[in-house]
Amino acid sequence: MSSVVVPEPGRSLARDFGRGVRDWIPAVVVLVAILVGWQAAIEVFDIQRFLLPKPTAIASRFWEERSTLWAAGWFTFQEAFWGFVAGCSSAILAALLLARFRPLGAALMPYFIAANAVPIIAFAPIAIAWFGIDKGSKIAIAAVLCFFPVLVNMLKGLTSVRPSSIELMHSYAAGNREIFRRVRIPASLPYLFASLKVASVLAMIGAIVGEYFGGSLTSLGIQIKSAAALFNFETAWAAILVACIFGIAFYLAISLLERVAMRWHPSARGAQS
Amino acid sequence: MSTSAAAAVTIDGVTKTFAKGGTVAVQDIDLEFQPGEFVSLIGPSGCGKSTLLRVIGDLVQPTTGTVQVGGKSAHQARLDRDYGMVFQEAVLFDWRTITKNISLPLELAGWDRSRRNERVKEMIDLVELSGFENHHPWELSGGMQMRVAIARALSFDPKLLLMDEPFGALDEMTRERLNLELLRIWEASGSTVVFVTHSITEAVFLSTRVVVMSPRPGRVAGIVDIDLPQPRTGDTREEPRFFELATELRELLRGRTPEGVH
Repeated sequence: MSSVVVPEPGRSLARDFGRGVRDWIPAVVVLVAILVGWQAAIEVFDIQRFLLPKPTAIASRFWEERSTLWAAGWFTFQEAFWGFVAGCSSAILAALLLARFRPLGAALMPYFIAANAVPIIAFAPIAIAWFGIDKGSKIAIAAVLCFFPVLVNMLKGLTSVRPSSIELMHSYAAGNREIFRRVRIPASLPYLFASLKVASVLAMIGAIVGEYFGGSLTSLGIQIKSAAALFNFETAWAAILVACIFGIAFYLAISLLERVAMRWHPSARGAQS
Repeated sequence: MSTSAAAAVTIDGVTKTFAKGGTVAVQDIDLEFQPGEFVSLIGPSGCGKSTLLRVIGDLVQPTTGTVQVGGKSAHQARLDRDYGMVFQEAVLFDWRTITKNISLPLELAGWDRSRRNERVKEMIDLVELSGFENHHPWELSGGMQMRVAIARALSFDPKLLLMDEPFGALDEMTRERLNLELLRIWEASGSTVVFVTHSITEAVFLSTRVVVMSPRPGRVAGIVDIDLPQPRTGDTREEPRFFELATELRELLRGRTPEGVH
């Protein structure tokens, strides 16, 4: 793109959107190519529908069962969302505490790292025993999956402030609280948002996988599992499509929040400079 | 209050040994700077000049000895916000505009908004950055960023300006221009400046006095009064006296290097 000089106080949303649409064109072309190739491959190689249904068949099933699928998607998304909120907020709080009290960090960090190496999904049946077959266990699984990446990234952001920044604040007689408020926390935001985007995806995964172990009939996980069990593969794929749509929307919402919160960041200004 | 004769900085028998490795950074330093002086600390890399600056600014605690600033302990002076610090990097915060970077120390000192805005405007004029008020630091050149850092350090009228190789990372032309600007600002503000540099010509050009330090452990190898007329101009660098003083500093710096066989 040419080096257009943009007027100072922020770009208009309309212009953002216009540029956004142009940026997406290559990706849309790829998507169309994949769908056409998929459809053609099934016709040409005569692939069985239980292995891979045609995109058109998935689309028409999606349309027929849209109200059930959307309801299931919304149900699962809520679990993922509350798991995300619980996991990320406790991770942020933990990161603030560990950054503020370094000996605490030294004492606890090895266990956080060890806990992260545990395949959390293996605990799904136990989570159901602890938090019930309903939403509680799914929220718990999603929260645990979100916790670690956010903790590690936020902590890194809080502690990788240049020493000269801290010396500068000390020279102004600023205390620890001021240094956190005015230096460490703003400096950690790019790290935090990178991890929140990862966590949004993990939360959806946690909720759906949690549902595979049992839960409400109106959830995506159960829809996918029971449709597949009944050789109703078009429905299973349509439910996966709904999961993708919610997952992507969640991710984009976090990205939007990131741009609003970090208007100051060089990356917000795009490729020009 | 203390007498008007209180020195701007009194360094009394300061030694700093770092716990890690037991390195002696500076040893037995006794110095006194008067109000309004522009003192440069010069020496080879690793001679502890930056450490000494941080000891004066109460950012590093001396192992032995004391530092008094305007008749107070260095610690009290820091709590009283008597220091304006400028580092080798500008150390600006990307999430703050130029205006807000300059007003940071004023916010910490609890100035109200209208007073802050007024002062920031003065400082922007002083360092000639009008038109860049709402820019972010990464949109400015290195030299401009350094001017912001200087404006920030001066914004709250500190008694003592501590500068740690502030122009070391800049190109020669920008550096010479900022040297002149710094002298103009120093004359206008009347504050005392302690300036760390490893450039002989920069030290001669800027200072009223230069403290030459020996290689590690840093000791005072000599003190040279710079008797060049004020105000200094672009022509100052071409005067014969300028070269004499530069030569004198160079000799002192050589005095203790391994090549200077006893």
